[in-house]
Amino acid sequence: MTFIAPVKFAIDLLAVLLLALGIKGLSKVRSAREANRLAAIAMILAAFGVLLNSQGTIGISINSWIWIICGTLIGGFLGALTAKRVPMTAMPEIVALFNGCGGMSSLLVALGVALFPSADGSDGLVGELIRNFSIVVSLFVGAITFSGSIVAMAKLQGWLSTPSWTQSKARHFFNILCAVIALIGGIYFLIDGQNGLFLIVVASSFLGIGVSLPIGGADMPVVISLLNSYSGVAAAAAGFVVGSQLLIVAGAMVGAAGLILTQVMCDGMNRSLVSVLFGGALGASSAASGGGGEYTNITSCSSEECALTLEAAEKVVIVPGYGLAVAQAQHTLREVARVLESADIEVTYAIHPVAGRMPGHMNVLLAEADVPYEQLKEMDVINPEFPATDVVLVLGANDVVNPQAKNDQTSPLYGMPVLDVQEARTVFVVKRGMSAGYSGIKNDLFDLQNTSMVFGDAKKVLGDILLELKELGVGTKG
Amino acid sequence: MSFFSEALWVLLLGSLLGLELIGKVPPTLHTPLMSGANAISGITMLAALTLIIKSGDNLPLLIIGSISLGFALFNVIGGFLVTDRMLAMFSRKKTRK
Repeated sequence: MTFIAPVKFAIDLLAVLLLALGIKGLSKVRSAREANRLAAIAMILAAFGVLLNSQGTIGISINSWIWIICGTLIGGFLGALTAKRVPMTAMPEIVALFNGCGGMSSLLVALGVALFPSADGSDGLVGELIRNFSIVVSLFVGAITFSGSIVAMAKLQGWLSTPSWTQSKARHFFNILCAVIALIGGIYFLIDGQNGLFLIVVASSFLGIGVSLPIGGADMPVVISLLNSYSGVAAAAAGFVVGSQLLIVAGAMVGAAGLILTQVMCDGMNRSLVSVLFGGALGASSAASGGGGEYTNITSCSSEECALTLEAAEKVVIVPGYGLAVAQAQHTLREVARVLESADIEVTYAIHPVAGRMPGHMNVLLAEADVPYEQLKEMDVINPEFPATDVVLVLGANDVVNPQAKNDQTSPLYGMPVLDVQEARTVFVVKRGMSAGYSGIKNDLFDLQNTSMVFGDAKKVLGDILLELKELGVGTKG
Repeated sequence: MSFFSEALWVLLLGSLLGLELIGKVPPTLHTPLMSGANAISGITMLAALTLIIKSGDNLPLLIIGSISLGFALFNVIGGFLVTDRMLAMFSRKKTRK
């Protein structure tokens, strides 16, 4: 019996080491895949450690085994199925869904321990007050993570829109009210030791909804990243509840790393975390403050004209954006690029740091469509090349190509890093209509002499261009 | 109280480690990193396991624990697989080149 404790200790240490190496490795392109596996191995080790230790000390009843296996099989199977079947375009939603479930798990553990104090997993290691406090934290953060993530997923999927009341000051009162009710529930539980639990869960759930519902599509990744950090905090709190140091350290690491990642994302969009969380959708506050105005000089053209210009070009830069992801047009785009390349036209892709629905999302989408990695150019690399570019094809991107960010100091976008597409000889903007981008701000690019709008769904327009190019005989000679 | 004070140290040092681990992340990796970190936060499966093991014959508790374990594993397994799927696309491009 005596050797089990040191073995469990060694396993735990190894697991923490592997997890830390995993997170570290995930931030480098070369080591990312191995790092992900390392982290997975660490999780298996950690679970094995818990099972071994329990079997050796108090024993695991057959009953427990049955329920463990049931939970593992069902959860694992559904998780694997979801991971395999989800399309790459829906990646941000799915991360939100997984994240919410992690929060739910912490919440349930805390709830279980709170409802049946005899099952206190800590063997009296933790004082009652501290344990109860951890339960409150775990419930609070877990519920926010769950409801917030589910709302985030629903909004990204387009199941939920942004109700207008959430853009008014009323939402602050609503959120503060929820927070206060949750706090009262928490204090009540600490004093009473029994009641107040459901008050916390319900109020925190509404708080999670109230916080994430007003947030616009472009800022959603930041919120998901923040909620991801919260689920780490919830895990750490659950660690206090059951008295597991491994859980505390892993939860704390994820929580802190998630916070840094959130900050990095905010920097990429030139937004502060405070303005994302409390500023509401950018358009609502900025519409009156400048950057507005009507379009005066819109030129629109057909996909046929677009194809003719592309045929005559030597250097083409494609700027993919959110609209491309929504239209799932990346494969058609790859076809167009192939035809152009076979006619010796140089094709590159300009990737803005926040292109797509999430930073790095566009890289994943294009990689899925077999776009060679070396054709993807980051903003700092591609910007000096625009003056020497014949045609820029903007596909469903808007704010990231708005010259206001450079020229107009009164614009809310001012200071955001953008792609200088207006420097190119001709710019085609493929767009469904004249609606504004996420930010709700007028795009000066559309008014410029060298810009032409091609209205339509990105996939359909690209399909038409492809047909036109083939009719013109582009690329068939070689 | 010794567990508690130890646990607070663990919390503090773990948080500091997490802050230091991610310094500069290339934008390409933001999504995979988020998804990977998300999978790791499913570590609460350990708490769920502990709960089931300690609950003995208490049926409601076993059920709560089992559901909790299911949610956690959904997060863990789904998270790691999805991250791997994303990362596989990058590495495939590199080797082919």
